[in-house]
Amino acid sequence: MALKTPHALRLLAALLCAASIAVPSTAMAQDKPIRIGLVTFLSGPAAGPFGVPAKIAAEAIVESLNAGKAPAPYATRGFGGIPVELSIIDEAGGATKQVSEFRNLVERQNVDFVIGYIGSGDCLAVAPVAEELKKLTVLFDCGTPRVFEDASYKYVFRTRSHATMDAVAGALYLLDVKPGMKNYAGINQNYAYGQDSWTDFTAVMSTLRPKVEVTTSQMPKFGAGQYGPEISALLQSGSDVIHSSLWGGDLEAFMLQATPRNLFASSQLILVAGEPYLHRLPGNIPDGTIIGARGPNGAYAPKSALKDWLVQIYKARGEVEPNYPAYSVAMAFLGLKAAFEKAKAKSGADTEAVIKAMEHSTFDSPSGKVMMKLGKGHQAVTGTAYGVTRTVDGRITLTNVKYYPVEQIQPPEGQKSLDWIKDGMKPGKW
Amino acid sequence: MKPDRSLTALVAVLAVILAATPFLPGWAMFLLRVSLCYGTVVLGMMLLMRTGVVSFGHGLYYCLGAYAAGLLDVHFKVADMAVMLVAAVAVTLATSAVLGLLLRKYRDIFFAMLSLAFSMILYGLLVKTSALGSSDGFNVSAKTLFGVTVAGTEYGRHATFIVTVVVAFLCALGMRAYLRSHTGRLAEAIRDNELRVEYMGASVRNVIHVNYMISAALAGLGGALAAVGIGHIDPEMAYWTTSGEFVFIGILAGTGSVLAPFLGALIFETIRSFAYEYSPNTWQMALGITMLLVIMFLPGGLWSLFGKLRRKAA
Amino acid sequence: MGQLLAVVIDGLIYSSWLFIIAVGLTLIYGVMKILNIAHGSLYALGAYSAASLAGYWLDQGYAPLGSYAAMVAAAVLVGLVAGPVIERGLLRFMYGKDEIVLVLVTYAVFLILEDMIKLVWGVDPLFLAQPYGMLGSFTVGNLTYPVYNLVLFGAAVGVGLLLTWVLTRTRKGKMLVAVIHDREMASAVGINVGMVYFVTFTVGAMLGAFGGALTAPMISVQPGIGAETIVLAFAVVVIGGLGSLPGAALAAVLVGLVRAAAVHYQPELDLFAIYFVMAAVLIMRPKGLFSLQEARKI
Repeated sequence: MALKTPHALRLLAALLCAASIAVPSTAMAQDKPIRIGLVTFLSGPAAGPFGVPAKIAAEAIVESLNAGKAPAPYATRGFGGIPVELSIIDEAGGATKQVSEFRNLVERQNVDFVIGYIGSGDCLAVAPVAEELKKLTVLFDCGTPRVFEDASYKYVFRTRSHATMDAVAGALYLLDVKPGMKNYAGINQNYAYGQDSWTDFTAVMSTLRPKVEVTTSQMPKFGAGQYGPEISALLQSGSDVIHSSLWGGDLEAFMLQATPRNLFASSQLILVAGEPYLHRLPGNIPDGTIIGARGPNGAYAPKSALKDWLVQIYKARGEVEPNYPAYSVAMAFLGLKAAFEKAKAKSGADTEAVIKAMEHSTFDSPSGKVMMKLGKGHQAVTGTAYGVTRTVDGRITLTNVKYYPVEQIQPPEGQKSLDWIKDGMKPGKW
Repeated sequence: MKPDRSLTALVAVLAVILAATPFLPGWAMFLLRVSLCYGTVVLGMMLLMRTGVVSFGHGLYYCLGAYAAGLLDVHFKVADMAVMLVAAVAVTLATSAVLGLLLRKYRDIFFAMLSLAFSMILYGLLVKTSALGSSDGFNVSAKTLFGVTVAGTEYGRHATFIVTVVVAFLCALGMRAYLRSHTGRLAEAIRDNELRVEYMGASVRNVIHVNYMISAALAGLGGALAAVGIGHIDPEMAYWTTSGEFVFIGILAGTGSVLAPFLGALIFETIRSFAYEYSPNTWQMALGITMLLVIMFLPGGLWSLFGKLRRKAA
Repeated sequence: MGQLLAVVIDGLIYSSWLFIIAVGLTLIYGVMKILNIAHGSLYALGAYSAASLAGYWLDQGYAPLGSYAAMVAAAVLVGLVAGPVIERGLLRFMYGKDEIVLVLVTYAVFLILEDMIKLVWGVDPLFLAQPYGMLGSFTVGNLTYPVYNLVLFGAAVGVGLLLTWVLTRTRKGKMLVAVIHDREMASAVGINVGMVYFVTFTVGAMLGAFGGALTAPMISVQPGIGAETIVLAFAVVVIGGLGSLPGAALAAVLVGLVRAAAVHYQPELDLFAIYFVMAAVLIMRPKGLFSLQEARKI
């Protein structure tokens, strides 16, 4: 720490250094490169598990695309031969600041496209502004179905499926593994995502198995960190199953505190967003835990040249395997690239043409095929997968993986998620 | 303070902004707009600071005002900007009238902390309410302005901006008049010595209560303007960091003039926004350093710079 | 086992933790009248340093029990470095300013330290799980608790008693109390107030870091932990009466029990529990549970 006198000057110097490092390295400039604004968490609790892996992946992808090293069908350099450069913004600070920053990206930095947003609140807030500014914006990681179920947009796309399928597929898998279960408890963070996950899951369970009971629903504060009383309450509830959508530091703290107390000796655990943490928690995730990756990402991604490519370029920078936010951001870049090139080949790649090309498109990604089928062609759908953990040689692996097709886990166009679940989850026409 | 000069300055600023409106790039207009919303809130903070109390929970009223406006739109299908603003003022005045009964007995850090507790309770309530989108909040838009449709139109963006400018101007004007009134002048007397004010026969608690309500109404107004301007509201508006920002802008600006809060807000927003752009990984540090520099070298706030310049010129 | 017993045990464990994270804050406020938001960063620094140092210790294969000593050493180190740097380098120029301005000064330090921590340790979390489970566990009724929780409880009681003893039974402590009551008077009778401030802030910083170090084994040490903790510590200190040691202890117990009761009986209310307690206590006792009598100045 350089907080000595004259500390202010020292710090300013340190800041300037840091700033110069932080400015993204510009790609080789032949003609005007395509500028993409990337918005992702660089600070706060979501930075470690989501934000920074997404940033690392985005930088690796852009570098590889610009060098023309991606496998088919993405082997063209950059976007249609034009190099791509990133302008990165921290997503922290809440929706108000994100609306400001979005406007700055578009109107001050003049980016051509925006890819971003992990927080659902940010997605909801930014979407109407993207519409107002007529800027093609790809939401890459947020999950709330409200974005396209409560409104429709022309300039906004989301290249990953919304969160409903996490609950539906999770429940289906759980009933496969534990058909005789009599009751379950939940521990979810007390904020929109945690509440929605729990609401969806209980709705699916009461549709599939009306007789199964809820013992207790724990709703610790976001970032609580201390889960002693919650763990006691869960232990005393004697539940067959514990459902949780905890993520990041909260999930890790919960696991560290619950494992020594043998919570999982008697209860089956299902973590709907458990995937990003596996490599960090050996010894603290019991074998047999049901893990979701919010889509066929990470270990669930089917074998393909694209997956190998992502794993290889990500490992070169981040040393570990890419987690699901890295896969999500890959979908956004590749989906946009595919649409851009399709438009360019046809009529020229202005925004309107790219939108036309992207609507209802289907493209390949490291997570398999992505279909833009909901929200009038603006919301992606994919299948998903669940599996259980098994520790092999001190590493956590996923086994007994089951894949779920789109129609089984997603409401069709025009139906709201919760209504569809309560209606009995009838597969729609796709 | 020379009376005529501050009035001239206010009118001049209004004229400049209005004249520049058609030529401003979108981001600058938005920056100005957010600053005006913040400035309106901080104007109320300034009144409290002059009275000698600081609220670390003004996010409560900022958020209440925004939700009053937003709920009108969502639940009562009333989306006229003028009605929204009136509703925000009504709700915040009523709430502050009640809470003021308690808070008027408190001073110093205890006033700050109790107001913080209230705002955090509102935060908790909103996060708990799934029907209002929980922590995600919901989108708000003003569809009409005095009955004329503005939603989704190019002139609508300018019209609502001009309303924001004019409302902020009127607030500043009103505050200027209030500070010159009998009750208004008591504020600083209370800060300096409460007992003397009591001995003179004025009720300290009443003055604090009234000033608290005024500042609450301004915060509500700022919140409603922000809701319409930004188009999205969420419980974060009541979180303690939001309130902390208001206090910071208040200190940054200084209590020297009714223009100071707006200037402070504009500078704060500008610094923050460029720090986001140029040092995405260390913007917090940039803000912290700015904060320290201002506190160390401009203890009277940015406004004291103007005083210094004027004295030099004289 | 009865649910009530579980509430009491869970509540007391949580209370111990609350007291440990809040005690440094109340000490600094009591003596210096500074509500130190940077306490959150000191907590985070303590957690990071402990995770690094004790983690290194364990990686080297040294005696596992030594990792506890490494954790304490890390806290002391953070206190000895960060305390003097912040107090001598910054705060001493600020004495005499308004309390609210001082809050903002420490908030600025907090923001700067948050990013510094990120620059040093990055955003990936650190883990120091081993010391948490190493001591085994004990059982009450049908509930298992790691023995580490007893360590937490012991540490809280120990720190509380030690500070009380220093303040009431030693010469240096009595000098400190004199400064708390009347800075000018203390200065007039020859107490070196600057020195007292320096030592207090350093000890306070050490306690903040100690809180972080003790918490490190039970959490994932990552960006943002300071911000979450400081709000809790604030609430405890305000409820107890700013600057009061017994007040902080009582407040920690109160908040701990209320939260445990909420979790066991009404999990929905957990989110507000602490702020309800805070508002309720402040409404009934405007200066918190315990507060110092202040001389009326005209």
